[in-house]
Formats: sequence, structure tokens, C-alpha cells
Amino acid sequence: MRHIALALGLILTAAPVASFEIEESALFGSGAAQVAVLSTTDSQVFAPVIEGFLATRPDLTLRYDVANSQQVYAAIHAEGAAFDLVISSAMDLQMKLANDGFATSFDGGTVLPGWARWRDQLFAVAQEPVVMIARTADFEGLALPRSRADLVAVLRDNPERFRGRIGTYDPVHSGAGYLFATQDARQSDTSWRLAEVAGRLEPHLYDTSAGMIGDVQAGRLSLAYNVLGSYAAARPDPGMVVIAPEDFTHVLLRTALIPVSSQAPDLGAQFLAFLLSAQGQALLDAAGLSRISDATLADAPQLRPIRLDPGLLVYVDPLMRQRFLNEWTAAIVQP
Amino acid sequence: MSAVRHTGSIRRRLLLQGVAVAAVLSLLLYLAVRGVAGAAIQTTQDSVLGTATVIIAEELRGGEDGVSVDIPYAAFSMLGAVGEDRVFYRILVAADTVTGYADLPLPDRAVTGLTPLFYTVPYQGAEVRVGAVGRSVLVDGRRVDATVLLGQTRTAQVAITAQMANRAAALGLGVFALAAVLALLTARSVLSPVNKLAEAVGRRGPQDLRPMVRGVPRELVPLVAALNGLIARLRGALDRTETFITEAAHHVRTPLATVRMQAEIALRQARDDATRASLRNVIRAVDNAARSTGQMLDHASVIYRSDQRAEEVLALDQVLRDLAAQADPTAEMRDMDIALDLPEAPVVLAVDRLLLESALRNLLDNALKYGHADTVVDVLLRTRDGVATVQVCDRGRGIGAGGADALTERFARGDNVGDVVGSGLGLTIVRDAAKACGGRFVLEPRTGGGTCATLHLPLG
Repeated sequence: MRHIALALGLILTAAPVASFEIEESALFGSGAAQVAVLSTTDSQVFAPVIEGFLATRPDLTLRYDVANSQQVYAAIHAEGAAFDLVISSAMDLQMKLANDGFATSFDGGTVLPGWARWRDQLFAVAQEPVVMIARTADFEGLALPRSRADLVAVLRDNPERFRGRIGTYDPVHSGAGYLFATQDARQSDTSWRLAEVAGRLEPHLYDTSAGMIGDVQAGRLSLAYNVLGSYAAARPDPGMVVIAPEDFTHVLLRTALIPVSSQAPDLGAQFLAFLLSAQGQALLDAAGLSRISDATLADAPQLRPIRLDPGLLVYVDPLMRQRFLNEWTAAIVQP
Repeated sequence: MSAVRHTGSIRRRLLLQGVAVAAVLSLLLYLAVRGVAGAAIQTTQDSVLGTATVIIAEELRGGEDGVSVDIPYAAFSMLGAVGEDRVFYRILVAADTVTGYADLPLPDRAVTGLTPLFYTVPYQGAEVRVGAVGRSVLVDGRRVDATVLLGQTRTAQVAITAQMANRAAALGLGVFALAAVLALLTARSVLSPVNKLAEAVGRRGPQDLRPMVRGVPRELVPLVAALNGLIARLRGALDRTETFITEAAHHVRTPLATVRMQAEIALRQARDDATRASLRNVIRAVDNAARSTGQMLDHASVIYRSDQRAEEVLALDQVLRDLAAQADPTAEMRDMDIALDLPEAPVVLAVDRLLLESALRNLLDNALKYGHADTVVDVLLRTRDGVATVQVCDRGRGIGAGGADALTERFARGDNVGDVVGSGLGLTIVRDAAKACGGRFVLEPRTGGGTCATLHLPLG
């Protein structure tokens, strides 16, 4: 496990991959001009939003390619692939793209609050809390954890009950998982204690939130940590409870940028402007990708948007990534 | 009098110089504030950049198998806090780039120690400010030099500097506006003594030749001294003219009196009609000359008196009575009467007696001279609204076709004087005397024939 992690980390960040891998490609509309979007979000989720956009622009065809966040990053950074808009949940990689000059300027972003954009290049289109989900039946007789410290205590005191029944992201394979883990580490030392305690319980590692939610609902997991709140909300289950940790709950910003390699940056900008418009935000919200809102944050003080600033670049550094993954793996994968 | 030619305005020059100085000072202020603000912003930015660079360098650790790097999250985040700048970094051990942007330019000097070295280079299409620090680490017991470069674009710095420059410009403009207003006020206040002096000179009557004694600023003293010198020379010239006239009149009158007396004696002794007629002509001519001389003397006195008035309080009604009494013999000779119409209360005013008497005597003389025989000269005195009005009206030949104004000119006589002896100075004397007393003289035809001469004199 550990060796795989190291090897992958080095391959993904240090050496450019020969070509990026598209998981899914879909065409919307039938207009003459084509706008190409590269995204980490499933096309089914985005379809209503795209249809809403094409209703205003019937002259366009929209190609929607889906890849994982590291493939998205590699497509732009290493290959200069000709996409007109890149939407990704990996804020750190998006930040790296923008910082390294792979994003063009877009002047319609001032509708966003300051925390939801970086310069005039990187724009958040949706905000999603990063939560934990618990299977209530498995916590019978125990108080549901409300914070990371609660979770640490509950896991430490009941190792037999939770052995092999804890799930979280694999930061080695999942860009989002890596982002959440690094932000956890940055925010508090509790997360390292949590990693140590969870590591003793032989945790399961996942590449997607959907996998964790499915396993919790199927009864294979008692608790999943660092799950995208939008996915959990999209699949409600009476036996499952969503917990936004009260010490702090990260808010992931799904960000978009227009790459310099775009063939039709004006079309990309039009789609981005639609996503930021009231109509686009409403459609995203309806699709489970919460709209950018100051009010939501004000209502729940534990919600902390991950800051769009150059600090994100730190853990993109290959040495830092290697170092972090080494430590994380050492904590979570215990012999 | 021709218009004074002027070569530019002192006020405008003062104003322009003031405004020019203000503009230069405002510009200097703008440049100074902008320079200081720019340097301060640069220093602040550099200190943040330097701190971040040092923080990274301090996390470099030696070990058995190389240098370990631990970039603190805050090191990059604190750069982001200043603005929205792009961040570039490069960490070298010896000459090898361990991590970061391998093409970020190195400084042109060697970096030693944890005191950051700053330089600006173009990188990735932007100007990048780079902080560089060096430090040594022990790798496997060997000393290895490591260098940390941390760069950020200058977007925020440029934006803040531009904002400061705008404020500096606003400040400069404000100072300029204020200074321009001050320059305007200064120009006005500097010139106010000059204007006041000009007003004081302008307010003077045409015959006021007293020296200027008002206080003026030191710079204007030479001007006032020169002006007073000019006035003194002018007065001297007038005095000499006066003296000359007086002397001339005197020297002419005395011999004329002798000639007249001798001619009268000769007339009495002459038996021959032709000789008597000649002598009468001589006497008439001598009378004419004597009268003219007297008038010229009077006029010279009036002009002189205008400058050197000796005012005294006197009763106007009494003066009129005295003058009427003096004129009585002349009136009797022409079978005329003088009818005085005076108020019961005395009319008192402060005036130069000689001027007043000259004016009134000339009016009575004229009335008796040009009035028809067997008529009455009406002398009326009234006071109203602080003005005393003396009216002398005759039944005579009237003003004539030339009008009243022409008659008061010096040596001017009406076109209807006929054989009446006169110098043409009488009404000029009246006019000048009235003016010197602060009054006014009006000559107008009288209803039913004749002339009314009116003298308005202010009381008190």
C-alpha cells in the first residue's frame, strides 16, 4: 500500500503522464459551435444545468467530458488540452493551474464573495460541506459523535465495535481525499490523532463519496469520514445520519477556470457566466451542488470554506505530497 | 487726458507666480508622497515575502539521506493575504533544484544567511518579486548549502501603489487649489495699499494741492514722496502765476487811475467839443481796463483762495445787506432799485468771506449792469434742506443766444452785451467761488424777461 502510494504520488505530480483518461463523454445540444467542458462531476448531475444553458443558447453544442481531478489537472497542465471550461472539485490542483498561468481572465466573477474566487481566474460555482455519515443502528447505546474529538473518543473506547467498519477517502488515489486530509492536518492536530486511532481499526479506503455512502447504507460501514455532503443529501436514508463536525466542517468549493489552451474562451466564459448567474446557481442547487452563499455560512459557524489562496499550493508540491502521504500512510495503515 | 498705457498687471503677475509656485510645490508633494508610499509598500511587501521565505528555509532539515522540505501552509497563505498574487518558489540544495519551479531565475549575487535578498525578475509573463535566503544543512555529516527562492507577482503592490498615487494626486490637487486661493488673496492684500492710495488721490478735488500725509507701507513711501514733490512743484508754479497776475494787475491799475484822473482834469479844462469827446473816450477805455484788471485780480484771488480757504462763520443775510448797501450808489445812477427779500432768522454758514463776497458782488454788479433802467433787482434768500439759496433776478436783456453755460467760460461774453463794459470774467468768478464753497451756480432766463442767477450753498 505504502509503496503504491509513493509511486503514484511521484508519477502523478513529477512526471507528466502521456495522455489523460476520459471516463465519460457526453454531447448536449446540436448547435453549430461547440463548447468543450472538462469536469470531475458526473454528467447526470450536471445535465439539468447544461440543458438550462443550452436553452438560452440553442446555437451551441456542449461536449461534457468527465475525468478524475488528477487527470483533469494533467490534461491542462501537461498537455494543454483544448477545453473551454474546466470544473473540478480539487481546489489545490485548480489553484496550481491558475497560479502557473494556465487560466485566462474572466471579468464576470465579481458577483462572487471574495472567499469564492481567486484573482479573476478561479471561480467557485458550488459549495459543499465535507461531513461524516454514521449508521445510527451501529451507535446504539453510544452518543453520536458531534466533533472530531468525540469521534476519537468513541473509536478509542469501542475498538471491537468499529474494527473494519470505518471508511474514509484514500488520499493517494483521490484528489478530493488528499485535499480533505491535508486541510484536516492543517486545521488541527486532532486529525492526526484521529488517523492514528482509525488506523488501528483497519479502515477501508475509498476513491469516491458514493462508494462510502453505498457501503454505509448497505450496512458494511458504521461510519464514513470526510464525505461530500451533497452526495449524502442526494441519497437520504432513515438509518443514516449526516454529521457536520462542530469543531470545523470544511466546505469544498467546486471551482471553474477557463484554460489558456481554450479554442473558444468566449464560449467558456459564457457558460461560466451562466453557472454564476442566479438561474445557473439555482439549477446547480437543484442538482445537489449547493449555491455559493454567504448566508449559509453565516447560519452554520462551523462551516469553513477551504480558502482559495496560494497556501493550497503547498501540498501540491511533490516533496510535500510525498512527505504528507508518508506520514498519513504511516498513521492509517498500521501493520 | 490720454489713457495711461499699462504694461501688464502686478496682480496678475503675483497671482501667476503664486499659482506657478503652488503648482511646483503640489507636484513635488505628489512625487514625494508617491515615492514614499511606493517605498513603504515595497518595504512592507518585502518584509512579508522575506518572512515567508525565512519560514520555509527554517523548515529545511538535514538528514542521513538528503534534505527534507516542509513548506508551512502559512508561508504561502500569508502571501495570499496581502493580495491576490501568484506565488512561485524554488528550493535548491547545492546547485540542484529539489522542488518548485526549476526555471525561477536565481539572484545575480550569492545568497548567504537568513537575511533575505530581494530582486525583481520577469517570470511567466509577469513581473515577479523574489526573496532569496540561503542556509546550510548537515547531510550525512557533510555541510550542504541550500537556497530558498520565494516569488510573488506584484499585482497587489501595483494596485496599492496606484491607489496611493491617486490619493497623493488628490492631495497635490487639494494643496494646489488651496495655494491658488491663497495666492489670489495675497495678491489682493498686497495691492490693497496701492489701490487705497490711488483712491485717495482720485478722490481729491481738482484744486486740492495739499501734500499726501496718509500712512503707507514702506515700499510705497518713495512713490508718495515723488507724488508730493510733484504736487509741491505744481503748487509753486500756480503760486508764481498768482503772484504774477496780482503784481501785473496792481502795476496796471495804479497808472490807469493816474491816467483817468488826468483825463478828467483835462476834460474839465477842455473847451473844444472834439477834444472833450476824445477825452470821454479815453476815460471810458480806462474804466474798461480798470474794471478788467479788477476782475482778473478777483479771479486770481478766487483760484488762490480755493486752495487756501480761510473759513469763518458769518451770517449770509447780513452779507447781502452790506453788499446791497455798497451797490446802492451804482443802482441810483441807473435809476434802479435793489429789493431784498431775506428771512427773519439769520442764515449762518461757515465759508470763506472773500470768496462769498466776490461771488455775490459780481452777481449784483451784473444785475445792475445788464438790467434795464427803472427796473428792480430782486435779491431773495431762502434755506431749505440744509442748503441756502441766493437768487439775484433782473429785468434786463437776458442770457442771449449762447446759453448759460457759455457765459461762465473765462473771457466769454454774451452776444447781446452791446456797449456794456465787461471783462467776461464775472460769471467765471461766481462759478469758481461757488464750487470752492462747496456750492452750485445756476444761470437761467427769468419769466417775463431778464435773468435769474441762483447760488446754492450748503449750510454747516
